[in-house]
Amino acid sequence: MPEHETAAEHTTPASDVGKFLHRRREQIAQRWADEPLFRTVFTVSRDEAVEAGRVVVDALAQVAESGRVADTDAAGFTAVREQLTRMVASRARFGLTSGQVSTEVDGLRPPAVNLLVGDLHEATPEHLRECTTLLTVLMGTLRLVVLETSLSEGQALIDRQHLELLEAATPVIRLWDGIVAVPLIGTLDSARSQVVMETLLESVVDQQARFAILDITGVPMVDSLVAQHLMKTVAAVRLMGAECVVSGIRPAIAQTIVHLGLDLGTVVTRASLADALGYALNRLGADIVLATPGGAGPR
Amino acid sequence: MSGTVAGVEARLPIRSDLDLVWVRQHVRQAAAALGFGLVDQTKLVTAASELARNTLVYGGGGEMAAEHVCDGRAQGLRLTFRDQGPGIADPERALSDGYTSGGGLGLGLGGARRLVHEFSLDSTPGVGTTVAVTSWAARPPRQREEPR
Ligand SMILES: Nc1ncnc2c1ncn2[C@@H]1O[C@H](COP(=O)(O)OP(=O)(O)O)[C@@H](O)[C@H]1O
Ligand SMILES: [Mg+2]
Repeated sequence: MPEHETAAEHTTPASDVGKFLHRRREQIAQRWADEPLFRTVFTVSRDEAVEAGRVVVDALAQVAESGRVADTDAAGFTAVREQLTRMVASRARFGLTSGQVSTEVDGLRPPAVNLLVGDLHEATPEHLRECTTLLTVLMGTLRLVVLETSLSEGQALIDRQHLELLEAATPVIRLWDGIVAVPLIGTLDSARSQVVMETLLESVVDQQARFAILDITGVPMVDSLVAQHLMKTVAAVRLMGAECVVSGIRPAIAQTIVHLGLDLGTVVTRASLADALGYALNRLGADIVLATPGGAGPR
Repeated sequence: MSGTVAGVEARLPIRSDLDLVWVRQHVRQAAAALGFGLVDQTKLVTAASELARNTLVYGGGGEMAAEHVCDGRAQGLRLTFRDQGPGIADPERALSDGYTSGGGLGLGLGGARRLVHEFSLDSTPGVGTTVAVTSWAARPPRQREEPR
């Protein structure tokens, strides 16, 4: 390459690696398509794997030309972040840890470096060393970018699990025809109370409930915010045409509520879940037949 | 006077909703360690929850310091909530039941004052707010005369 000789003083290893990536785009993408990372994610067709590889090569070329090969925030990576996130998510679903995915990304380095070495067989040993080092650094940065996306995937997973936990912690139980109950456990922070309210209202509609019982036996503390959430829930249940009963206010909490100055005046309360059920059944006009010893129970 | 009951003295940051969980947890455990009964524990935890939330929501964050205080044989827990927020221009009004500037029930400050034995509010507009509360454990039953 005579052009290379004359322009030698103006080229940097970074711009040389950038040019190499443009020139060898197709070959690199073809080789990557056979590596585990691309092969296992794009299983439908090899063309898809090659296309995905091309996008990554383009991004790397752009980063190399910008000279910021060690910078995970380099603009060139922006275009591939989303694709990398999807690839990472796919590998994670397969059961791989972020460490294993990172190793797969590292597997993309040898094919690229080998091609580069082949292309530079006429270059000085010094230039060859600089270029391979630079490509190695660049591939290491890609590895970091992938690691970052897999960590944020992990965070998203934790957030999702947190939400699922919130929902799991508020099971709505159908106690009787037209009577649903939620046993609340733990502190009703804003997120929890929102979920409680939504879940309860949904089941009031689904079950065509006339009574909804909020049992707070498992709630360790009722401050003014928790009380406000409870009262909003009671009001919303009323708007749905049902009546809300709060049960299980423990003695320590009852005394605290009084000192706090809370007025639960319009809220129907009962000491226990059983009392609340009794109250609701009574209002529904159901006959409660006490079970005789050895008898068959109600009805 | 400072005591030596383990797990009472602490400084806890109040920067997020999760920090409120730790504040409540700590106050509950410290009060139990000092011999507070269930009702007194619950009262103090509830007061702490109100004050810590004010520190977070109105004070823009801050911290709570917990201290063990003794007065003769009585064991007490002092909680101090500090922030460098906007301060409270009219403490009388802020303490009155039902007053809120933020869509709450307006019962936090007044309610907290009723839930503890000692209450002090010190606020300078533009500088910040400090609320300190102290409650005393009822005498543990085993403090009867001991045979000598
Ligand atoms: N740490 C604080 N910094 C600034 N303003 C406060 C602080 N604590 C309370 N306030 C003011 O006092 C008012 C009453 O507080 P509070 O009784 O807890 O009721 P709520 O929290 O429901 O508003 C608040 O609305 C707020 O304007
Ligand atoms: Mg408040």
